[in-house]
Amino acid sequence: MKKTDLVVIGGGPAGLSAAIYAASLGAKVTLIDDGLELGGQLIKQTHKFFGSERQFAGIRGIEIAKKLIQDSIKYKDIELITNATVTGYYEDGVLTIIQGVNGSILIKLKAEKIIVATGASENMLPFINNDLPGVYGAGAVQTLMNLYGVVPGNNVLMVGAGNIGLIVSYQLLQAGIQVEAIVEALPTIGGYLVHAAKIRRLGVPIYTSHSLKEVYGNDWVERAVICELNEEFKFISGTEKEFEVDTICLAVGLSPLSDLLWQAGCQMKYITELGGYVALRDENMKSSLENIYLAGDVAGIEEASSAMLEGQIAGLNAAVSLGYKCDNFIKLNKSLKEELKELRDNPLSEKVKIGIEKALIKRGVD
Amino acid sequence: MLEKTGIPTEDDLKEVIPNKMRLAKGPVVIIECFQKIPCDPCAFSCKLGAIKPFKDINDLPQVNFDKCTGCGICISSCPGLAIFVIDENYSEKEALIKLPYEMLPLPQKGEEVYASDRAGKTVGKAKVIKVLKIKNKTNIISISVPKNMAMKIRSIRVGDKDNG
Repeated sequence: MKKTDLVVIGGGPAGLSAAIYAASLGAKVTLIDDGLELGGQLIKQTHKFFGSERQFAGIRGIEIAKKLIQDSIKYKDIELITNATVTGYYEDGVLTIIQGVNGSILIKLKAEKIIVATGASENMLPFINNDLPGVYGAGAVQTLMNLYGVVPGNNVLMVGAGNIGLIVSYQLLQAGIQVEAIVEALPTIGGYLVHAAKIRRLGVPIYTSHSLKEVYGNDWVERAVICELNEEFKFISGTEKEFEVDTICLAVGLSPLSDLLWQAGCQMKYITELGGYVALRDENMKSSLENIYLAGDVAGIEEASSAMLEGQIAGLNAAVSLGYKCDNFIKLNKSLKEELKELRDNPLSEKVKIGIEKALIKRGVD
Repeated sequence: MLEKTGIPTEDDLKEVIPNKMRLAKGPVVIIECFQKIPCDPCAFSCKLGAIKPFKDINDLPQVNFDKCTGCGICISSCPGLAIFVIDENYSEKEALIKLPYEMLPLPQKGEEVYASDRAGKTVGKAKVIKVLKIKNKTNIISISVPKNMAMKIRSIRVGDKDNG
Protein backbone atom coordinates (compact mmCIF):
# COMPACT_ATOMS: atom_id res chain seq x y z
CA MET A 1 0.00 0.00 0.00
CA LYS A 2 1.10 3.52 -0.80
CA LYS A 3 2.08 5.67 2.14
CA THR A 4 2.50 9.41 2.32
CA ASP A 5 2.89 12.21 4.87
CA LEU A 6 -0.12 14.23 3.93
CA VAL A 7 -3.13 13.67 1.75
CA VAL A 8 -5.10 16.67 0.55
CA ILE A 9 -8.55 15.74 -0.73
CA GLY A 10 -9.84 18.30 -3.23
CA GLY A 11 -7.87 20.46 -5.65
CA GLY A 12 -9.88 23.66 -5.48
CA PRO A 13 -8.64 26.93 -3.98
CA ALA A 14 -8.48 25.52 -0.42
CA GLY A 15 -6.85 22.19 -1.30
CA LEU A 16 -4.31 23.68 -3.69
CA SER A 17 -3.33 26.34 -1.16
CA ALA A 18 -2.98 23.69 1.55
CA ALA A 19 -0.87 21.39 -0.63
CA ILE A 20 1.43 24.20 -1.76
CA TYR A 21 1.96 25.51 1.76
CA ALA A 22 2.72 22.08 3.19
CA ALA A 23 5.04 21.18 0.29
CA SER A 24 6.89 24.48 0.70
CA LEU A 25 7.88 23.25 4.16
CA GLY A 26 9.11 19.94 2.77
CA ALA A 27 6.10 17.69 3.39
CA LYS A 28 5.38 14.87 0.95
CA VAL A 29 1.87 15.63 -0.27
CA THR A 30 -0.59 13.62 -2.31
CA LEU A 31 -3.28 15.82 -3.81
CA ILE A 32 -6.41 14.03 -4.97
CA ASP A 33 -9.04 15.67 -7.15
CA ASP A 34 -12.10 14.34 -8.95
CA GLY A 35 -11.83 16.80 -11.84
CA LEU A 36 -10.06 16.24 -15.12
CA GLU A 37 -8.01 19.29 -14.25
CA LEU A 38 -7.21 20.97 -10.97
CA GLY A 39 -8.62 24.27 -9.74
CA GLY A 40 -12.10 23.34 -8.54
CA GLN A 41 -14.65 26.05 -9.19
CA LEU A 42 -11.90 28.63 -9.80
CA ILE A 43 -11.45 27.48 -13.40
CA LYS A 44 -14.95 28.74 -14.23
CA GLN A 45 -14.67 32.12 -12.55
CA THR A 46 -14.07 34.71 -15.25
CA HIS A 47 -14.77 37.68 -12.96
CA LYS A 48 -12.24 39.63 -10.95
CA PHE A 49 -12.00 38.65 -7.30
CA PHE A 50 -12.52 40.90 -4.34
CA GLY A 51 -10.32 40.60 -1.29
CA SER A 52 -6.96 41.98 -0.37
CA GLU A 53 -4.45 43.40 -2.83
CA ARG A 54 -1.89 41.33 -0.90
CA GLN A 55 -3.67 38.11 -1.85
CA PHE A 56 -5.47 37.95 -5.20
CA ALA A 57 -7.85 40.92 -5.34
CA GLY A 58 -8.56 42.25 -8.81
CA ILE A 59 -7.34 39.02 -10.42
CA ARG A 60 -9.81 36.84 -12.31
CA GLY A 61 -10.55 33.40 -10.82
CA ILE A 62 -9.22 31.61 -13.90
CA GLU A 63 -5.89 33.42 -13.50
CA ILE A 64 -5.72 32.53 -9.80
CA ALA A 65 -6.31 28.88 -10.74
CA LYS A 66 -3.48 29.01 -13.29
CA LYS A 67 -1.09 30.43 -10.72
CA LEU A 68 -2.00 27.89 -8.01
CA ILE A 69 -1.75 24.98 -10.47
CA GLN A 70 1.66 26.20 -11.68
CA ASP A 71 2.85 26.51 -8.09
CA SER A 72 1.62 23.02 -7.25
CA ILE A 73 3.51 21.55 -10.23
CA LYS A 74 6.70 23.33 -9.16
CA TYR A 75 6.92 21.20 -6.03
CA LYS A 76 8.29 17.73 -6.78
CA ASP A 77 6.93 16.61 -3.42
CA ILE A 78 3.32 17.08 -4.51
CA GLU A 79 2.01 13.96 -6.17
CA LEU A 80 -1.18 14.57 -8.14
CA ILE A 81 -3.96 12.04 -8.51
CA THR A 82 -6.63 13.60 -10.72
CA ASN A 83 -9.85 12.22 -12.13
CA ALA A 84 -10.14 10.32 -8.86
CA THR A 85 -12.71 10.20 -6.09
CA VAL A 86 -11.95 9.33 -2.50
CA THR A 87 -14.72 6.87 -1.72
CA GLY A 88 -13.93 5.80 1.79
CA TYR A 89 -12.02 6.40 4.98
CA TYR A 90 -11.37 3.27 7.01
CA GLU A 91 -10.77 2.84 10.72
CA ASP A 92 -7.11 2.04 10.18
CA GLY A 93 -6.63 5.36 8.37
CA VAL A 94 -6.68 3.89 4.88
CA LEU A 95 -8.28 5.91 2.11
CA THR A 96 -9.79 4.17 -0.88
CA ILE A 97 -9.65 6.03 -4.14
CA ILE A 98 -11.43 5.21 -7.38
CA GLN A 99 -9.76 6.60 -10.46
CA GLY A 100 -10.62 6.86 -14.15
CA VAL A 101 -13.70 7.66 -16.19
CA ASN A 102 -15.16 4.22 -15.50
CA GLY A 103 -13.84 4.09 -11.97
CA SER A 104 -11.84 1.03 -12.90
CA ILE A 105 -8.68 1.80 -10.91
CA LEU A 106 -8.66 1.29 -7.16
CA ILE A 107 -5.93 2.92 -5.12
CA LYS A 108 -5.36 2.41 -1.41
CA LEU A 109 -3.44 5.07 0.40
CA LYS A 110 -2.40 5.66 3.97
CA ALA A 111 -1.42 9.07 5.24
CA GLU A 112 -0.20 10.46 8.55
CA LYS A 113 -2.39 13.53 8.16
CA ILE A 114 -5.35 14.36 5.95
CA ILE A 115 -6.69 17.72 4.87
CA VAL A 116 -10.27 17.51 3.65
CA ALA A 117 -11.04 20.28 1.15
CA THR A 118 -13.90 18.68 -0.74
CA GLY A 119 -15.92 21.87 -1.19
CA ALA A 120 -19.68 21.91 -1.48
CA SER A 121 -22.61 20.71 -3.55
CA GLU A 122 -25.43 22.81 -4.94
CA ASN A 123 -28.87 22.93 -3.33
CA MET A 124 -31.99 21.98 -5.30
CA LEU A 125 -35.30 23.81 -5.17
CA PRO A 126 -38.70 22.12 -5.10
CA PHE A 127 -41.11 23.45 -7.74
CA ILE A 128 -43.49 21.91 -10.25
CA ASN A 129 -41.63 20.36 -13.22
CA ASN A 130 -38.19 20.85 -11.73
CA ASP A 131 -37.09 17.72 -13.57
CA LEU A 132 -37.63 19.17 -17.06
CA PRO A 133 -34.57 19.49 -19.30
CA GLY A 134 -33.43 23.10 -19.12
CA VAL A 135 -33.39 23.22 -15.32
CA TYR A 136 -29.74 23.59 -14.35
CA GLY A 137 -27.67 24.30 -11.30
CA ALA A 138 -25.52 27.40 -11.67
CA GLY A 139 -22.38 25.26 -11.49
CA ALA A 140 -23.47 23.24 -14.52
CA VAL A 141 -24.28 26.40 -16.46
CA GLN A 142 -20.80 27.71 -15.68
CA THR A 143 -19.17 24.42 -16.67
CA LEU A 144 -20.96 24.30 -20.02
CA MET A 145 -20.44 27.96 -20.78
CA ASN A 146 -17.01 28.77 -19.38
CA LEU A 147 -15.19 25.44 -19.66
CA TYR A 148 -16.67 23.90 -22.77
CA GLY A 149 -18.02 26.91 -24.65
CA VAL A 150 -21.51 25.38 -24.89
CA VAL A 151 -24.57 27.64 -24.75
CA PRO A 152 -26.87 26.27 -22.01
CA GLY A 153 -29.96 27.98 -23.42
CA ASN A 154 -31.17 31.19 -25.01
CA ASN A 155 -33.42 32.81 -22.40
CA VAL A 156 -32.59 32.29 -18.78
CA LEU A 157 -34.44 32.85 -15.53
CA MET A 158 -31.96 33.00 -12.68
CA VAL A 159 -33.14 31.85 -9.26
CA GLY A 160 -31.11 33.36 -6.42
CA ALA A 161 -29.49 36.79 -6.01
CA GLY A 162 -26.53 35.68 -3.93
CA ASN A 163 -23.08 36.18 -5.40
CA ILE A 164 -23.30 33.03 -7.53
CA GLY A 165 -26.64 34.03 -9.06
CA LEU A 166 -25.41 37.54 -9.78
CA ILE A 167 -22.04 36.48 -11.17
CA VAL A 168 -23.42 33.71 -13.39
CA SER A 169 -26.08 36.11 -14.71
CA TYR A 170 -23.30 38.51 -15.68
CA GLN A 171 -21.32 35.72 -17.34
CA LEU A 172 -24.43 34.65 -19.29
CA LEU A 173 -24.84 38.21 -20.54
CA GLN A 174 -21.18 38.26 -21.55
CA ALA A 175 -21.78 35.07 -23.52
CA GLY A 176 -24.57 36.85 -25.38
CA ILE A 177 -27.41 35.00 -23.65
CA GLN A 178 -30.56 36.82 -22.58
CA VAL A 179 -31.20 36.81 -18.81
CA GLU A 180 -34.89 37.65 -18.39
CA ALA A 181 -34.84 38.19 -14.63
CA ILE A 182 -33.32 37.22 -11.33
CA VAL A 183 -35.67 36.10 -8.55
CA GLU A 184 -34.71 36.08 -4.89
CA ALA A 185 -36.89 34.72 -2.09
CA LEU A 186 -35.28 36.94 0.55
CA PRO A 187 -36.38 40.57 0.85
CA THR A 188 -32.88 41.82 0.00
CA ILE A 189 -30.10 40.94 -2.43
CA GLY A 190 -27.65 38.56 -0.74
CA GLY A 191 -24.67 39.05 -3.07
CA TYR A 192 -22.39 42.04 -3.37
CA LEU A 193 -24.37 45.12 -4.41
CA VAL A 194 -21.74 46.15 -6.97
CA HIS A 195 -22.44 42.85 -8.78
CA ALA A 196 -26.18 43.59 -8.60
CA ALA A 197 -25.70 47.16 -9.87
CA LYS A 198 -23.68 46.07 -12.89
CA ILE A 199 -26.38 43.56 -13.89
CA ARG A 200 -29.15 46.12 -13.43
CA ARG A 201 -27.27 48.54 -15.70
CA LEU A 202 -27.32 45.84 -18.38
CA GLY A 203 -31.09 45.70 -18.12
CA VAL A 204 -31.78 42.61 -16.00
CA PRO A 205 -34.53 43.11 -13.39
CA ILE A 206 -34.10 41.66 -9.89
CA TYR A 207 -37.27 40.55 -8.10
CA THR A 208 -36.62 40.29 -4.36
CA SER A 209 -39.29 38.61 -2.17
CA HIS A 210 -40.18 36.46 -5.19
CA SER A 211 -39.73 32.80 -5.92
CA LEU A 212 -40.16 30.37 -8.75
CA LYS A 213 -43.58 28.72 -8.55
CA GLU A 214 -43.91 26.58 -11.60
CA VAL A 215 -42.23 25.70 -14.86
CA TYR A 216 -44.12 24.61 -17.97
CA GLY A 217 -43.04 22.76 -21.07
CA ASN A 218 -43.60 19.54 -22.97
CA ASP A 219 -40.13 18.20 -23.60
CA TRP A 220 -38.13 21.03 -22.11
CA VAL A 221 -38.61 24.29 -20.23
CA GLU A 222 -40.81 26.70 -22.20
CA ARG A 223 -42.27 29.05 -19.59
CA ALA A 224 -41.78 29.89 -15.94
CA VAL A 225 -44.08 31.50 -13.41
CA ILE A 226 -42.71 33.47 -10.50
CA CYS A 227 -44.74 34.77 -7.59
CA GLU A 228 -44.26 37.28 -4.79
CA LEU A 229 -43.69 35.94 -1.28
CA ASN A 230 -45.12 37.28 1.95
CA GLU A 231 -43.14 37.63 5.15
CA GLU A 232 -43.70 33.94 5.92
CA PHE A 233 -42.28 33.00 2.52
CA LYS A 234 -45.72 31.92 1.26
CA PHE A 235 -46.85 32.73 -2.28
CA ILE A 236 -49.19 35.73 -2.54
CA SER A 237 -51.77 34.62 -5.09
CA GLY A 238 -52.52 37.06 -7.85
CA THR A 239 -48.92 38.30 -8.02
CA GLU A 240 -47.79 35.73 -10.57
CA LYS A 241 -45.61 36.83 -13.47
CA GLU A 242 -44.83 34.71 -16.47
CA PHE A 243 -41.58 34.54 -18.45
CA GLU A 244 -40.88 32.83 -21.74
CA VAL A 245 -37.63 31.08 -20.95
CA ASP A 246 -35.96 27.86 -22.01
CA THR A 247 -33.53 27.72 -19.10
CA ILE A 248 -33.89 27.88 -15.35
CA CYS A 249 -30.62 28.42 -13.52
CA LEU A 250 -30.70 27.57 -9.82
CA ALA A 251 -28.30 29.43 -7.57
CA VAL A 252 -30.01 28.72 -4.28
CA GLY A 253 -27.11 27.99 -2.04
CA LEU A 254 -24.52 25.33 -1.32
CA SER A 255 -24.08 22.59 1.25
CA PRO A 256 -20.72 21.40 2.60
CA LEU A 257 -19.61 18.03 1.13
CA SER A 258 -18.72 16.53 4.47
CA ASP A 259 -19.32 12.79 3.88
CA LEU A 260 -15.67 11.82 4.45
CA LEU A 261 -15.55 13.76 7.71
CA TRP A 262 -18.62 11.85 8.89
CA GLN A 263 -17.01 8.56 7.91
CA ALA A 264 -13.82 9.43 9.72
CA GLY A 265 -15.82 10.03 12.88
CA CYS A 266 -15.13 13.74 13.28
CA GLN A 267 -17.44 15.54 15.65
CA MET A 268 -20.12 17.06 13.41
CA LYS A 269 -22.70 19.76 13.95
CA TYR A 270 -25.53 21.22 11.90
CA ILE A 271 -24.81 24.93 11.63
CA THR A 272 -27.31 26.90 9.53
CA GLU A 273 -24.93 29.83 9.14
CA LEU A 274 -22.32 27.57 7.53
CA GLY A 275 -24.76 25.87 5.16
CA GLY A 276 -25.30 22.51 6.84
CA TYR A 277 -23.35 19.81 8.66
CA VAL A 278 -19.74 20.75 9.27
CA ALA A 279 -16.92 19.24 11.31
CA LEU A 280 -15.98 21.09 14.46
CA ARG A 281 -12.49 22.54 14.18
CA ASP A 282 -9.96 24.52 16.16
CA GLU A 283 -8.39 27.80 15.04
CA ASN A 284 -5.74 25.89 13.12
CA MET A 285 -8.43 24.12 11.05
CA LYS A 286 -7.85 20.81 12.86
CA SER A 287 -10.97 18.70 13.41
CA SER A 288 -11.81 16.83 16.61
CA LEU A 289 -9.49 14.09 15.31
CA GLU A 290 -5.73 14.59 15.68
CA ASN A 291 -4.95 13.61 12.07
CA ILE A 292 -7.71 15.37 10.15
CA TYR A 293 -7.84 19.00 9.05
CA LEU A 294 -10.39 20.78 6.91
CA ALA A 295 -10.46 23.92 4.75
CA GLY A 296 -12.72 25.78 2.36
CA ASP A 297 -16.43 25.34 1.73
CA VAL A 298 -16.52 21.94 3.47
CA ALA A 299 -15.73 23.87 6.66
CA GLY A 300 -18.58 26.31 6.00
CA ILE A 301 -19.91 27.95 2.84
CA GLU A 302 -17.97 31.12 2.18
CA GLU A 303 -15.90 32.16 -0.83
CA ALA A 304 -12.58 31.47 -2.53
CA SER A 305 -10.46 34.14 -0.80
CA SER A 306 -11.21 32.77 2.66
CA ALA A 307 -10.92 29.20 1.36
CA MET A 308 -7.36 29.91 0.19
CA LEU A 309 -6.42 31.35 3.59
CA GLU A 310 -7.99 28.40 5.44
CA GLY A 311 -6.05 26.09 3.13
CA GLN A 312 -2.80 27.86 3.93
CA ILE A 313 -3.52 27.62 7.67
CA ALA A 314 -4.37 23.91 7.42
CA GLY A 315 -1.32 23.21 5.24
CA LEU A 316 1.04 25.04 7.58
CA ASN A 317 -0.29 23.38 10.72
CA ALA A 318 -0.45 19.89 9.24
CA ALA A 319 3.15 20.14 8.00
CA VAL A 320 4.44 21.43 11.33
CA SER A 321 2.57 18.72 13.23
CA LEU A 322 4.30 16.17 10.96
CA GLY A 323 7.60 17.50 12.27
CA TYR A 324 8.59 19.70 9.35
CA LYS A 325 10.49 22.78 10.35
CA CYS A 326 9.09 26.25 10.02
CA ASP A 327 11.34 28.79 11.70
CA ASN A 328 8.76 31.50 12.20
CA PHE A 329 5.73 29.22 12.55
CA ILE A 330 4.04 31.17 15.34
CA LYS A 331 4.36 34.45 13.48
CA LEU A 332 3.19 33.06 10.13
CA ASN A 333 0.26 31.19 11.66
CA LYS A 334 -0.82 34.32 13.50
CA SER A 335 -0.59 36.54 10.46
CA LEU A 336 -2.64 34.13 8.29
CA LYS A 337 -5.34 34.04 10.95
CA GLU A 338 -5.31 37.81 11.22
CA GLU A 339 -5.68 38.15 7.47
CA LEU A 340 -8.66 35.79 7.56
CA LYS A 341 -10.17 37.79 10.39
CA GLU A 342 -9.78 41.03 8.41
CA LEU A 343 -11.44 39.44 5.40
CA ARG A 344 -14.48 38.63 7.56
CA ASP A 345 -14.63 41.96 9.33
CA ASN A 346 -17.64 43.29 7.40
CA PRO A 347 -21.42 43.17 7.89
CA LEU A 348 -21.94 40.56 5.14
CA SER A 349 -19.69 38.11 6.99
CA GLU A 350 -21.59 38.39 10.29
CA LYS A 351 -23.49 35.16 9.64
CA VAL A 352 -20.34 33.22 8.81
CA LYS A 353 -18.62 34.55 11.92
CA ILE A 354 -21.52 33.40 14.12
CA GLY A 355 -21.35 29.99 12.43
CA ILE A 356 -17.63 29.65 12.91
CA GLU A 357 -17.95 30.57 16.59
CA LYS A 358 -20.44 27.68 16.94
CA ALA A 359 -18.07 25.29 15.15
CA LEU A 360 -14.95 26.24 17.06
CA ILE A 361 -13.15 23.84 19.37
CA LYS A 362 -11.36 25.99 21.88
CA ARG A 363 -8.06 24.42 22.83
CA GLY A 364 -6.82 27.13 25.15
CA VAL A 365 -4.64 30.06 24.21
CA ASP A 366 -2.11 29.61 21.45
CA MET B 1 -33.60 50.94 -1.87
CA LEU B 2 -30.28 49.59 -3.15
CA GLU B 3 -30.45 46.32 -1.18
CA LYS B 4 -33.79 45.46 -2.77
CA THR B 5 -33.28 46.71 -6.30
CA GLY B 6 -29.57 46.81 -7.00
CA ILE B 7 -29.97 50.43 -8.09
CA PRO B 8 -28.34 53.14 -5.97
CA THR B 9 -30.76 55.87 -4.84
CA GLU B 10 -30.28 59.64 -5.07
CA ASP B 11 -29.36 59.60 -1.38
CA ASP B 12 -26.72 56.93 -1.95
CA LEU B 13 -25.27 58.88 -4.85
CA LYS B 14 -25.14 62.16 -2.92
CA GLU B 15 -22.43 60.58 -0.77
CA VAL B 16 -20.09 59.89 -3.68
CA ILE B 17 -20.65 62.69 -6.20
CA PRO B 18 -18.28 65.65 -5.88
CA ASN B 19 -19.71 69.15 -5.48
CA LYS B 20 -20.65 71.35 -8.44
CA MET B 21 -17.50 73.43 -8.21
CA ARG B 22 -15.27 70.38 -8.50
CA LEU B 23 -17.40 68.92 -11.30
CA ALA B 24 -17.09 72.17 -13.23
CA LYS B 25 -13.30 71.94 -13.08
CA GLY B 26 -13.17 68.85 -15.27
CA PRO B 27 -12.52 65.09 -15.08
CA VAL B 28 -13.16 63.53 -11.69
CA VAL B 29 -13.85 60.07 -10.34
CA ILE B 30 -17.18 58.81 -8.98
CA ILE B 31 -16.96 55.54 -7.07
CA GLU B 32 -20.41 53.99 -6.78
CA CYS B 33 -19.44 51.62 -3.98
CA PHE B 34 -21.90 51.65 -1.07
CA GLN B 35 -21.35 48.41 0.79
CA LYS B 36 -18.58 47.36 3.10
CA ILE B 37 -16.96 44.34 1.50
CA PRO B 38 -13.40 43.06 1.79
CA CYS B 39 -11.90 44.74 -1.27
CA ASP B 40 -9.12 47.29 -1.64
CA PRO B 41 -7.52 47.36 -5.14
CA CYS B 42 -8.77 50.88 -5.97
CA ALA B 43 -6.75 52.45 -3.17
CA PHE B 44 -3.60 50.71 -4.43
CA SER B 45 -4.26 51.67 -8.04
CA CYS B 46 -4.28 55.44 -7.45
CA LYS B 47 -0.76 56.81 -7.65
CA LEU B 48 -1.88 60.36 -6.75
CA GLY B 49 -3.22 59.49 -3.33
CA ALA B 50 -6.69 60.66 -4.34
CA ILE B 51 -8.23 57.42 -3.11
CA LYS B 52 -7.19 57.42 0.52
CA PRO B 53 -5.33 54.34 1.81
CA PHE B 54 -7.66 51.91 3.59
CA LYS B 55 -7.31 51.42 7.35
CA ASP B 56 -9.32 48.24 7.05
CA ILE B 57 -9.81 46.12 3.95
CA ASN B 58 -13.59 46.50 4.41
CA ASP B 59 -13.54 50.31 4.30
CA LEU B 60 -15.56 52.18 1.69
CA PRO B 61 -13.33 54.14 -0.68
CA GLN B 62 -12.80 57.78 0.35
CA VAL B 63 -11.83 60.18 -2.43
CA ASN B 64 -9.96 63.45 -2.12
CA PHE B 65 -11.48 65.10 -5.19
CA ASP B 66 -8.84 67.86 -5.22
CA LYS B 67 -6.10 65.30 -5.78
CA CYS B 68 -8.07 63.39 -8.43
CA THR B 69 -7.19 64.23 -12.03
CA GLY B 70 -9.78 61.91 -13.54
CA CYS B 71 -7.02 59.82 -15.14
CA GLY B 72 -9.22 56.73 -14.82
CA ILE B 73 -6.52 54.22 -13.87
CA CYS B 74 -8.73 53.06 -10.99
CA ILE B 75 -11.63 52.19 -13.32
CA SER B 76 -10.26 48.86 -14.46
CA SER B 77 -8.83 48.01 -11.03
CA CYS B 78 -12.31 47.74 -9.50
CA PRO B 79 -13.60 44.13 -9.33
CA GLY B 80 -17.11 45.52 -8.92
CA LEU B 81 -17.02 47.72 -12.04
CA ALA B 82 -18.27 50.54 -9.84
CA ILE B 83 -15.88 53.33 -10.85
CA PHE B 84 -16.63 56.03 -13.43
CA VAL B 85 -14.94 59.26 -14.45
CA ILE B 86 -17.07 62.25 -15.41
CA ASP B 87 -15.82 65.32 -17.27
CA GLU B 88 -18.50 67.99 -17.30
CA ASN B 89 -16.07 70.33 -19.04
CA TYR B 90 -15.72 68.18 -22.12
CA SER B 91 -17.45 70.58 -24.48
CA GLU B 92 -19.99 73.32 -24.34
CA LYS B 93 -22.98 70.99 -24.44
CA GLU B 94 -21.53 67.60 -23.72
CA ALA B 95 -19.96 65.73 -20.86
CA LEU B 96 -17.54 62.84 -21.18
CA ILE B 97 -18.11 59.59 -19.27
CA LYS B 98 -15.39 56.97 -18.90
CA LEU B 99 -16.90 53.63 -17.98
CA PRO B 100 -15.70 50.03 -17.49
CA TYR B 101 -16.77 47.59 -20.21
CA GLU B 102 -16.36 43.80 -20.29
CA MET B 103 -18.62 42.89 -23.21
CA LEU B 104 -17.79 41.92 -26.77
CA PRO B 105 -17.69 43.20 -29.42
CA LEU B 106 -16.02 46.42 -28.34
CA PRO B 107 -17.55 49.54 -29.88
CA GLN B 108 -15.59 51.45 -32.49
CA LYS B 109 -14.33 54.96 -31.96
CA GLY B 110 -16.91 57.34 -33.40
CA GLU B 111 -19.72 54.77 -33.21
CA GLU B 112 -23.14 55.75 -31.88
CA VAL B 113 -24.31 53.41 -29.11
CA TYR B 114 -27.39 53.18 -26.93
CA ALA B 115 -26.84 54.59 -23.49
CA SER B 116 -28.66 53.27 -20.44
CA ASP B 117 -29.19 54.41 -16.90
CA ARG B 118 -28.54 52.52 -13.66
CA ALA B 119 -31.78 50.54 -14.15
CA GLY B 120 -30.69 49.43 -17.61
CA LYS B 121 -33.28 51.59 -19.33
CA THR B 122 -32.18 53.11 -22.63
CA VAL B 123 -32.19 56.86 -22.12
CA GLY B 124 -30.59 58.06 -25.32
CA LYS B 125 -27.58 57.70 -27.52
CA ALA B 126 -23.94 58.36 -26.87
CA LYS B 127 -20.93 58.77 -29.11
CA VAL B 128 -17.87 56.63 -28.49
CA ILE B 129 -14.88 58.94 -28.17
CA LYS B 130 -12.22 56.46 -27.14
CA VAL B 131 -11.80 52.72 -26.62
CA LEU B 132 -8.99 51.88 -24.25
CA LYS B 133 -8.04 48.21 -24.15
CA ILE B 134 -6.74 47.19 -20.76
CA LYS B 135 -4.60 44.14 -20.05
CA ASN B 136 -6.90 42.77 -17.35
CA LYS B 137 -9.78 42.88 -19.88
CA THR B 138 -11.82 45.50 -18.06
CA ASN B 139 -11.66 47.93 -20.97
CA ILE B 140 -12.45 51.61 -20.61
CA ILE B 141 -14.88 53.26 -23.00
CA SER B 142 -15.15 57.05 -23.19
CA ILE B 143 -18.50 58.35 -24.41
CA SER B 144 -19.84 61.85 -24.91
CA VAL B 145 -23.38 62.54 -23.70
CA PRO B 146 -25.57 65.63 -23.21
CA LYS B 147 -24.45 67.41 -20.04
CA ASN B 148 -27.76 66.82 -18.26
CA MET B 149 -27.29 63.06 -18.68
CA ALA B 150 -23.81 62.86 -17.14
CA MET B 151 -25.13 61.62 -13.80
CA LYS B 152 -27.75 59.33 -15.33
CA ILE B 153 -25.95 57.30 -18.00
CA ARG B 154 -23.84 54.44 -16.68
CA SER B 155 -23.86 51.79 -19.38
CA ILE B 156 -23.82 51.31 -23.12
CA ARG B 157 -25.27 48.78 -25.51
CA VAL B 158 -23.28 48.12 -28.63
CA GLY B 159 -25.14 47.04 -31.76
CA ASP B 160 -28.82 47.57 -32.36
CA LYS B 161 -30.30 46.19 -29.16
CA ASP B 162 -32.66 48.71 -27.60
CA ASN B 163 -33.94 47.96 -24.15
CA GLY B 164 -36.43 50.86 -24.25
